[in-house]
Amino acid sequence: MLRFIVRRLLQLIPTLFGLSILLFVWLQRLPGGPEYALLPDDATTEQREALRRSLGLDEPLTVQYMSFLRRLGGGDLGTSLNTGRPVLDEFFLKFPATFELAVTAMIIAVTVGLPLGYLAARKRGSVLDFTAVGGSLLGICTPVFFLAFILKVVFAEQLGLFPSAFRLSPGISRTDITGFVVLDGMMTREWDVVWDALTHLALPGLALASIPLAVITRMTRAGVLEVMGEDYVRTANAKGLHRTTVRTRHVLRNALLPVVTAVGLLTGSLFAGAVLTESVFAFPGIGSFIYEATQERDYPVLTGFILLIATMYVFINLLVDISYSLLDPRVRAQ
Amino acid sequence: MLTKSSRKALGLVAVATSLALVATACAESDRGSAGGDDGEPFVFAAAGDIGSLDPFFVNDGESFRYSRQVFDTLLDHESGGSEIVGGLAEDWEQSEDGTVWTFHLHDNVTFHDGDELTAEVVCDNFDRWYNLTGEYQNSNNSYYWQAIFGGFAENEDDSLPESRYVGCEAQDELTAVIEITEYSSIFPGGFSLASFGIMSPTTLEAIEGAEITGEEGNYTLPEHAQEAGTLAGTGAFTVEEWNQDQNEVTLQRFDDYWGEPAGFETILLRAIPDETARRQALEAGDIHGYDLVAPADVGPLEDADFQVPTRDVFNVLYLAYQQESHEALAEMEVREALSHAVNRQRIVDTILPEGGEVATQFHPDTLDGWSPDVRTFDYDPDLARGMLEEAGHEDLEVEFCYPTEVTRPYMPAPQDIFDVISEDLQEVGVTVEATSYEWAEYVNQTDSGNCPLYLLGWTGDYNDAYNFFGTWFSTHNDAFGLDDQELFDRMAEVSTNPDEEERIAGYQELNEMVMDALPGLPLSSSPPSIVFAPEVDHPQVSPLTQEDFAEGSWK
Repeated sequence: MLRFIVRRLLQLIPTLFGLSILLFVWLQRLPGGPEYALLPDDATTEQREALRRSLGLDEPLTVQYMSFLRRLGGGDLGTSLNTGRPVLDEFFLKFPATFELAVTAMIIAVTVGLPLGYLAARKRGSVLDFTAVGGSLLGICTPVFFLAFILKVVFAEQLGLFPSAFRLSPGISRTDITGFVVLDGMMTREWDVVWDALTHLALPGLALASIPLAVITRMTRAGVLEVMGEDYVRTANAKGLHRTTVRTRHVLRNALLPVVTAVGLLTGSLFAGAVLTESVFAFPGIGSFIYEATQERDYPVLTGFILLIATMYVFINLLVDISYSLLDPRVRAQ
Repeated sequence: MLTKSSRKALGLVAVATSLALVATACAESDRGSAGGDDGEPFVFAAAGDIGSLDPFFVNDGESFRYSRQVFDTLLDHESGGSEIVGGLAEDWEQSEDGTVWTFHLHDNVTFHDGDELTAEVVCDNFDRWYNLTGEYQNSNNSYYWQAIFGGFAENEDDSLPESRYVGCEAQDELTAVIEITEYSSIFPGGFSLASFGIMSPTTLEAIEGAEITGEEGNYTLPEHAQEAGTLAGTGAFTVEEWNQDQNEVTLQRFDDYWGEPAGFETILLRAIPDETARRQALEAGDIHGYDLVAPADVGPLEDADFQVPTRDVFNVLYLAYQQESHEALAEMEVREALSHAVNRQRIVDTILPEGGEVATQFHPDTLDGWSPDVRTFDYDPDLARGMLEEAGHEDLEVEFCYPTEVTRPYMPAPQDIFDVISEDLQEVGVTVEATSYEWAEYVNQTDSGNCPLYLLGWTGDYNDAYNFFGTWFSTHNDAFGLDDQELFDRMAEVSTNPDEEERIAGYQELNEMVMDALPGLPLSSSPPSIVFAPEVDHPQVSPLTQEDFAEGSWK
């Protein structure tokens, strides 16, 4: 297992290396430059050129890339052109918000999607099955930003049940320990903070959960249907095993294998999907920060954030592979 | 027909959903009634987070919105207007040649840290800026110093000009005398810029030697610009916290403020970059106001009892004719024909918010120097068509650029404005080739002279005509491709004339010269809308978007 983990981690190096080259080329292709985004409309050509020089953007791409690699070797991802803060600091400043959002979305997707998919399979052809299949199809088809918008109009604007924006209400004072608002609130027993944070997470979390919820529901349903028809399930039933034992140990456990992979991949994609959701809800996470960085042509932020997200994605997949071995003894044996 | 299990499952889901909704509804039962209590923070949504706590480093409106509440400048603009009035200076005078400026400061002005304002402190602030070195001289970190005073004591980049700043002397306890090398019309307006907020002696001592660290392209602003606690100004509010993970700045009322104490105890400036999200947050009661309301939202917001006060106009939008990128545009007859083809009143009537007006020259009529005698171009498509035929360009094809995903105070709906003008041009037989760019690239393309027709404009920094047309027509530039040495010479002559009366007469003449040269068609001046919740007694709205939130309170 250790060798497997080390091998996967080593694979990360060429992946990130290749990605960084792609990013550098892509950023050069991005029309406009920071000298146009950062300076006011009336800035002179000389001022724009001076800024470009001072940022080192007049250097050949290879020189800029080598300089980036040299800094990266020292654990430095550069500094945001827009805020003047180190990219790594910015990432850790914004990461907790997106992480909480992604976790909320995944909790909603798993806790609703798994039982719904399972029940739909068990009651195949029923109204519940029809609703689950149709609903999940709708979930996949509906653009996240549109759903976010609708949720906001209905539940925040019209019904006033949830906040429409931000991560916390104004005037809520909290003790910042880890940057994770919910976690900090629980650690310090500031339950008003926890509740307030959860209400702020509800709508963006639900919007972001729409696609994973749909995928998990459909995959669980398909997996359960497939496994229920297997010989070993029939054998287990014939042996007189308790119905719950058959369903949990033989059906669910085997049906869940592809779902676990999907959960891993979907969790990674949630960080990308958060860009739109965070913008709609003015949720100050890495998604909205990347969006702003694109507008501002903040090259170091774009490069650094995307590399860090890619790293996370690889780690999440590694965790998925490890969890596979726990779920499937055949993988463990290999 | 539902099976028993299905009914049970659906029932469980229904019960769980109901419980969740009831729980949240109970917890949030006071939602939608935000505001009204004295202690409750006034929450204003900004279009973006601030860039730095030290206003010297920044050049964007959102950072200045914050800094104007915390720092005062020597001069200011009248509340709700654009006239320059005293700020920390009770009054001021200039020498005959306009190179010596004497400021008489208010007495008994206290900084947030308890220090007293003196002339020496003012001089120390200006001397600090003048003597900055290293990365402070980067145009991104000292944009407005360079725009007003040029270079530094020791320029480290050859492209920087000689500094206009000579020095500052404290003539007595409350009289500061600032000397500049030569008069320019950017004074006295330049002394009102938010970048030049005066800081306390204790602050100056604390930040002395603070450096912008890092190497090429990788600079970190000093700590005092990132964390609250070091900087002390004389404004009506102190900066309590800059919560960067929430994109939020908290301001607290300063009880020893030298002017009228602020009505709000606490102000939160929270960033909501998306325009629609700002409106929804207001409607949901999560904020109490925001700026740059989309024109289409003004009516519905007013109908819903929100307050949308109208600002005076202080900007101009124009349609540029780049004469070097298209042969036909170099011909005056063609430019005149296009100017007659555009129905500017339609833009004002259908796209701009209330208070918008057609522009006849390259700055709004609220500025001194506006001329009633400029050449005007009435909407007359028949005349335009005839003129194009006469010029042999009845089949004119021209590229027309416009920006996407952006709004500007002078250009609230770029695509809509583009559509109206395109339609007008097509009406007179011009074939329009539409080209859109995202903002950064748009500025690049228009600055480089790659767009024959394009939309752009400017919101003034201070009340001076040169701040508008001086930017565009003081020398040849690729943006317009205008080559009119007579105009450039006259522009230089007028803008350095320290006699105000003569200068204003000169500006009128310049406006007429510019419209004779017709480098573009001024389209409109538009008041950017700002909105407040019904329970807010809002501050006077400013044409320069420089609202003083200390004037606001709860009703």
